[in-house]
Amino acid sequence: MNKVLTHKDVLAYLESNATIGIGGWGARRKPMSLVREICQSDIKDLTVVSYGGPDVGLLCAHKKVKKLIFGFVSLDVIPLEAHFRQARQNKEIEVMELDEGMLQWGLRSAAMNLPFLPTRIGFGTDVLTHNPELKFVTSPYEDKESFIAMPAIKLDVALLHVNKSDEKGNTHIIGPDPFFDDLFARAAEKTFVSSEELLSTEELGGKDGAIFNRFERSLVTGVVHSPCGAHPTSCSPSYGFDIQHLKEYSDSAKSFNDYADKYMNKSHQDYIESVGGIEVITKIPLPQF
Amino acid sequence: MSDSISLAEICISQASKAWQDDGEILATGIGLIPRIAAGLAKLTHNPDLMMTDGETYLISEPAPMGKRDSSADQVEGYMSYSRVFENLWGGKRHAMVTPTQIDSFGQTNISVIGNYDSPKIQLLGVRGFPGNSINHKNSVFIPNHSKKTFVEGEVDMVSGMGYKNKELSNGIFEIKRVVSNLGVFDFNGKNNCMQLLSLHPNVSVDDVIANTGFEIAIQSDSITSMPSNEELVLIREVLDPQGIRNTIFGE
Repeated sequence: MNKVLTHKDVLAYLESNATIGIGGWGARRKPMSLVREICQSDIKDLTVVSYGGPDVGLLCAHKKVKKLIFGFVSLDVIPLEAHFRQARQNKEIEVMELDEGMLQWGLRSAAMNLPFLPTRIGFGTDVLTHNPELKFVTSPYEDKESFIAMPAIKLDVALLHVNKSDEKGNTHIIGPDPFFDDLFARAAEKTFVSSEELLSTEELGGKDGAIFNRFERSLVTGVVHSPCGAHPTSCSPSYGFDIQHLKEYSDSAKSFNDYADKYMNKSHQDYIESVGGIEVITKIPLPQF
Repeated sequence: MSDSISLAEICISQASKAWQDDGEILATGIGLIPRIAAGLAKLTHNPDLMMTDGETYLISEPAPMGKRDSSADQVEGYMSYSRVFENLWGGKRHAMVTPTQIDSFGQTNISVIGNYDSPKIQLLGVRGFPGNSINHKNSVFIPNHSKKTFVEGEVDMVSGMGYKNKELSNGIFEIKRVVSNLGVFDFNGKNNCMQLLSLHPNVSVDDVIANTGFEIAIQSDSITSMPSNEELVLIREVLDPQGIRNTIFGE
């Protein structure tokens, strides 16, 4: 079994109008090399599901997003995401704005093959006002309480970035927080992972490593070897987020051409060289709050 | 020591009192002043509070502001985002946040300013505010008390619910305490209206009224009590030795 693909190979599994989920959280462990590959393709009109960071912003900057299903979009150190902000203020994208937990419930519901999961979250807020498609369900038990029926968010494709993988798609997320990547994988028809390291199964470390295996290889369709593939987001424990680059990226919202000329339409290897190379990136300290 | 107490220190001391009766729950202070305040609460009136390192671990002592050697943190537990959700859905948390807007119902907004379909300013998105507000108590710190933050009518996009829908939260919804650059408030006035509890030095009732977009009750117009010497030592030497708090009001 060999699931190893190139960045370009992954594009063959993506179509315009698809619903794609992107793992990570804000400016943390985003599959940015795969996102850049989409930006450089003809694929468009995507519905994007994300705990958003520069993945969402970069796709917005390349006019790839038809609809965004989200709880927030932020670069963490730079709270507001300039490209997403511009797309919203220019009315370029549709949105389904949800509480972070509702978004998780939608993914979990899809992961469990359920049509919905009940929640109180959203009551009393304009999340209901602006998502009139959300329906309600009444408890069949004595309490008779009414809930929001958070619908399953089914994904055509999930894109995740992990620390380690073998050729079979056995992955390890070593950073202390796996975020909701497992649910993205379970909610998707197909999942593609980019991985810092591509190792033999033996090198994954047997029992000692297995606790870092957050979802089964049967969920993984393809593995792309992508050292520093999360740049400019962080990939704990290997590197932190590149604050200088995030600033340059953020400042490029006004005129994106300079940024695109410097960093886009490149192979992953050339991109990494353009931002200083692996030696430099892996010296970026992890964020501390 | 007491003759040079800063406004930031007054706000931290007052904000810390939000958590004093909470018992053993997760205290989350989001932003500079709320975070130092949560730490101060843990080091003074509520040592049972749980706190994170700002990333993924629960640690025994509040993490000081600024660069530190985090390998020296005494980790006592795990608090990934998944665990944060599980914890907050169970209600064992009290967060202090800084919404962009708050209204007379205690509704908060961090999503957009202006019309939702054509936003004047796109902010973060609702984040966890809907879930936080319906599942556990919250407090608010506002560094720029004005009619733009304490708005007339309702906030532009209700991200956190308010008292007018309290029954939908099974009675859980509560804004415990509001600390601004002008004074200290809660929502325990008649019909849960916001009420003034104390004024910071050199602030008048008229200043507060002129800068608030809705009617408030005046429970007291006394001057906010100053941080104790113990609190000042903890703020200055333990929680924020580099004085990062001074950036909030340019002090």
